[in-house]
Amino acid sequence: MTTTSGTAKVTLPADTQILITREFGAPRRNVWRAYTDPELIKRWWAGDKGTVTSAEVDLRVGGRWRYVMTANGGFEVAFRGEYREIAEPERLVNTEIFEGIPDPDDHVGVITLTLTEKDGRTYLEALCEYGDKATRDAVIDSGMESGMQESYDALEQVAVSLS
Amino acid sequence: MARAATTTDAFNAVAEPRRRQILDLLAQGERPVNDLVALLGLAQPQVSKHLRVLREVDLVRVRDEGRQRLYRLNAAPLRPIHDWLRKYEQAWNARFDLMDTILAELNEEDSHDDD
Repeated sequence: MTTTSGTAKVTLPADTQILITREFGAPRRNVWRAYTDPELIKRWWAGDKGTVTSAEVDLRVGGRWRYVMTANGGFEVAFRGEYREIAEPERLVNTEIFEGIPDPDDHVGVITLTLTEKDGRTYLEALCEYGDKATRDAVIDSGMESGMQESYDALEQVAVSLS
Repeated sequence: MARAATTTDAFNAVAEPRRRQILDLLAQGERPVNDLVALLGLAQPQVSKHLRVLREVDLVRVRDEGRQRLYRLNAAPLRPIHDWLRKYEQAWNARFDLMDTILAELNEEDSHDDD
């Protein structure tokens, strides 16, 4: 199987958006399962930032979800939201609220997940849209600060390819 | 991350879609302002205003050649944006790499189901 490790791409298509893309060496029904099954979510959602302590999923339109992790720094990080559209196994639209900011309900993100399968592999696109640029930027900041200060060593290996 | 409120850093300078378009066009090579006006379909004063903002944060540099002023991209100030985003990308890579392990297990289950 072609290795996919470390191949996620994050881009900013507009001021209020974040687009995350990644290919997986698995059919999309399995990617869908890994993405929506609470027991499986617990195994990946914290990444290398900590441990997931709770994953609640009520997978129906209007149903709610909430994930909680204990970060490596010892504090809790929680996100929650509501499902808006469910078209298994290709499209999922849900809201997302980071509970760790003041007035979290004023900073709702809408995440549209699209899974496309080709030759047994799955291309994932997660488009995250926020009400304003400040909220989007805060989400990016929180995404990398949820653990501890990360080492800049890895960054030095990143080549600049913008020009 | 604390950032200046005005267009005094690259983050704010590229927040404007037209300015990102200008950077994209200049990434293809040096151009006089008339080229940019034609390609963007904007009035020259608007383009000049955007160019001024981009020059203030050193994303665009200019040189005179004969009677023309040629504008070019200087990508270095984009580095902090790039680095900022790459850290977020790393966080997602860590998640997806764990998902790979789960998917390998699910694929394995599938192949047993087929037996």
